[in-house]
Amino acid sequence: MVNPQPTLPSPASGYGARGRVRNWRRAFVPTGNTGDALFRGLLFLFALLLLLIVATMMAAIAANSLPSIHKFGFAFLTGRAWNPVTGQFGALPFIYGTLVSSLIALLIAVPLSLGVAVFLVEQAPRSLARPIAFLVELLAAIPSVVYGLWGIFVLAPFLRVHVEPVLARWFGWLPLFQGPVTGIGLFTGGIILAIMIAPIISAVVRDVLAAVPVSQREAALALGATRWETTRVVLANAASGIAGAIILGLGRAIGETMAVTMVIGNRPQISASLFEPSYTIASVIANEFTEATDNLYLSALIEIGLILFLVTFIVNGAAKLLVWGVTRGTSGTARAT
Amino acid sequence: MASSKNRRRMTLVLLCAPLLAFAAACSGQRGGVGPGTGSGGGTLNLLGAGATFPNPLYQKWLSEYGKLNPNTRIDYQSIGSGGGIKQIQAGTVDFGASDAPMKNDELKGAPGELLHIPTVLGAVVITYNLQGIAQPLKFSPDVIADIFLGKIKKWDDPRIRADNAGVNLPVTDITVVHRSDGSGTTAVFTDYLSKISAEWKEKVGADKSPQWPTGQGGKGNEGVTGMVKQQPDTIGYVELAYAMQSKLPVAQIKNSAGNFITASIEAVTAAAASSAASLPEDLRTSITNPAGANAYPISSYTYILVYKDQKDATKGKALVDFLWWGIHDGEKFAKDLQYAPLPDEVVKRAEAKINSITSGGKPLRQ
Amino acid sequence: MNTSAPRKNLRLTTNTIMTTLTAACAFFAVSILVLILGYIAWRGIAAINLRFLIDTPKPVGEGGGIGNAITGTLLLLLIASAIGMPFGIATGIYLAEFGEGGFASLVRFVADTMTGVPSIVVGVFVYTLIVLPMKQFSTLSGGLALALIMIPIVTRTTEEMIHLVPTSLREGALALGAPQWRVTMGVVLPAASSGIATGAMLAIARVSGETAPLLFTAFGSRFFNWYLDQPIASLTVQIYNYAISPYDEWHAQAWAATLVLMTLILVINITVRFFTRRKF
Repeated sequence: MVNPQPTLPSPASGYGARGRVRNWRRAFVPTGNTGDALFRGLLFLFALLLLLIVATMMAAIAANSLPSIHKFGFAFLTGRAWNPVTGQFGALPFIYGTLVSSLIALLIAVPLSLGVAVFLVEQAPRSLARPIAFLVELLAAIPSVVYGLWGIFVLAPFLRVHVEPVLARWFGWLPLFQGPVTGIGLFTGGIILAIMIAPIISAVVRDVLAAVPVSQREAALALGATRWETTRVVLANAASGIAGAIILGLGRAIGETMAVTMVIGNRPQISASLFEPSYTIASVIANEFTEATDNLYLSALIEIGLILFLVTFIVNGAAKLLVWGVTRGTSGTARAT
Repeated sequence: MASSKNRRRMTLVLLCAPLLAFAAACSGQRGGVGPGTGSGGGTLNLLGAGATFPNPLYQKWLSEYGKLNPNTRIDYQSIGSGGGIKQIQAGTVDFGASDAPMKNDELKGAPGELLHIPTVLGAVVITYNLQGIAQPLKFSPDVIADIFLGKIKKWDDPRIRADNAGVNLPVTDITVVHRSDGSGTTAVFTDYLSKISAEWKEKVGADKSPQWPTGQGGKGNEGVTGMVKQQPDTIGYVELAYAMQSKLPVAQIKNSAGNFITASIEAVTAAAASSAASLPEDLRTSITNPAGANAYPISSYTYILVYKDQKDATKGKALVDFLWWGIHDGEKFAKDLQYAPLPDEVVKRAEAKINSITSGGKPLRQ
Repeated sequence: MNTSAPRKNLRLTTNTIMTTLTAACAFFAVSILVLILGYIAWRGIAAINLRFLIDTPKPVGEGGGIGNAITGTLLLLLIASAIGMPFGIATGIYLAEFGEGGFASLVRFVADTMTGVPSIVVGVFVYTLIVLPMKQFSTLSGGLALALIMIPIVTRTTEEMIHLVPTSLREGALALGAPQWRVTMGVVLPAASSGIATGAMLAIARVSGETAPLLFTAFGSRFFNWYLDQPIASLTVQIYNYAISPYDEWHAQAWAATLVLMTLILVINITVRFFTRRKF
């Protein structure tokens, strides 16, 4: 007996275009296929539960930011002052710090992770690839507070003595690299984030690349492609999976607190120079939330958390748009459905 | 298929065996079984949370007290003074701990009357990183305020030189390092600055998280210590123990009597002793910039917060006994860990407070 | 076909450059890892001995260990995985199998956003929802907070990995008459299992390094604890406590505890990989 796949659009299955339900009775009580209905229903419940949990979180956050929203309104997004003593709160420096540090982290981590993943999947011999892969994933397990301490004691002095002066000398004409060189600032924050998200991106990309069918590689090689050109075909195939990996890494970068707050200088200011101290949204919440005792202060911190959600929405949306634009023209992704 | 399934089961069992053995080895260390935080024939569990500053000393207290009273298991977790206040207000812990005393509206937010029991004293010190300078620098109060206000920008400023004749100060910029997280240490330091500088009081004020006019923010005492230690030409403020343990230089500060005082345990206790007479009834006070020839100007109490009326008499009794032990026997351990013990007059006041703790109307200490 | 010599040389040179670059990336990544691990080992190896692994914490100057923190972390990871893995994998399967339409896009979007939530926000959320009403810090709430952080990671990676299973496998199973749920559970999931394991391992590695959510939920303890309604110690909170203290002895213990934590994760990683290795 042939069981028709219940989700194919047809009057008999009860489903219409795009998976929409047209006939509820048919869709959920299909003749002779309760197993599938139960399966789908159970999974649907989990997905719904996730939505409910996040909705509750957002509702709690929104409710608690109301006092701050009433007091500051839109000016909160453009305000630059953060003064708990006088009750002046503005989120702009934090938005700037979050966006720029995540950008720096992505600019460094994405090429690095892609390179590592390509090396491990396409080029390294199995015996070398497994241990290196384990080790790179191990980087993801280091607690953030340890990253932060390593940042203060090793990374920041290293950057202050060896890297930032070089950048200042060669690129000092750019406002990005001007100003006093202390090793503590937006630049160091971005770099430590890059180190933290690289293992995530590379681990996922590794699996994505490994899942590209061998036939793709064989076809390219058969046409006389060099190893790198074959790799390009594989990467094009894996584009949407790579995008997913990048978004995971980006999520970590935006929400990271302990490691960043120990090396970024925690100064709410907007400065063109990357060497100046800065402040991210996650850092200010982690720094000040437990000690904030008056209502407006707490509410302002919670509103900044709400803004973080918004920033994540927008950045994820932009990333997805970018990926869609880039992969629109390419053919043959490794998707199964 | 069956054989590989069995193989998998075997491997699972083999893997679990060392785990079970480990657990068995560890369980031999337990003090006793105690489900729930209630009282009863077995052990009693108490929870405290709050300030990070006294954490090492409280851990010592809990360990020593635990040796004498193995049936009372007390845990203390440092989540910050604000956290301690919030948790005792919410009733999730049995006692809180805070460096800065609670404000009036915070006290109103608690479901019962909260008592402040002072336990030890701490000092906030000025530390710096200047290569090649061996002896400790001297600072006048107004110089400190202006450095942190950003008005004095260079190390060889004439006002710094005036206090430090003969010292070869470099011609570099001062990098100020302050705290980024809300903290009792900051509250004490800014309280001191507000007392000795009208400009600071007006521009910045005294608070756990003020808006700093200049400088980088380090997370926690250890963040500031690390940043000062790793960057040249920095100046910052930390608790005394951190500067001493990291072997960072500690500045001498001119106190209200005009003497340059090095932060030391004796100088801090002197600060408390000279202000003991003016301790208010609820023991909430600030002892920065006190009178007294040998008093260190930036000292502070740290408090344990307990409810005056304990709901559970057994737990209340255990708590009261622990606090009594703490302010008497516990003070002996303070000096080795670089905390200043309470002067005798203050111990008497704390005793009175502990004696006033009741449960169901009856005082818990007979 | 363009086989002129200069063009061929260009392609060959590009190939050599890119191959060298990727190798350089891998080398660079491994060196950073070695630098960090080396630093941790240098600062902490002196403090590792058998007593350190079995004892409970002691005040400064008396030694002590992280035995209860190790068992605490293991218990918390167990609870977090027991809640988070099935939840995440189920949601991932839903998105992959029934993933067209507005509802699924919403869930996907929400999962992506959740990966960016600072862990302290999750901690405060669980604190407000569970710890405050119960007036009790507990292992269960700690595990729940960690599970909430895990779920979005596991969901998204599961979905991506299921998408990568070739259609031919599905079609073959369907052609044999299997119902869809059987195809998913019996054919697609095992095929994607090593990828799902990667997601699971990333999630476990991530939550095992989190401190902030545990501070408000599992709290911390000086004792061994096996009950779900009591506070419990954990490696990250212990590392945090030691690292923020002034004392070198405690600092060394913090670094040593980090080494132990990473070994733990490595062991879990190897174990899970062993069980999900491809047998075809």
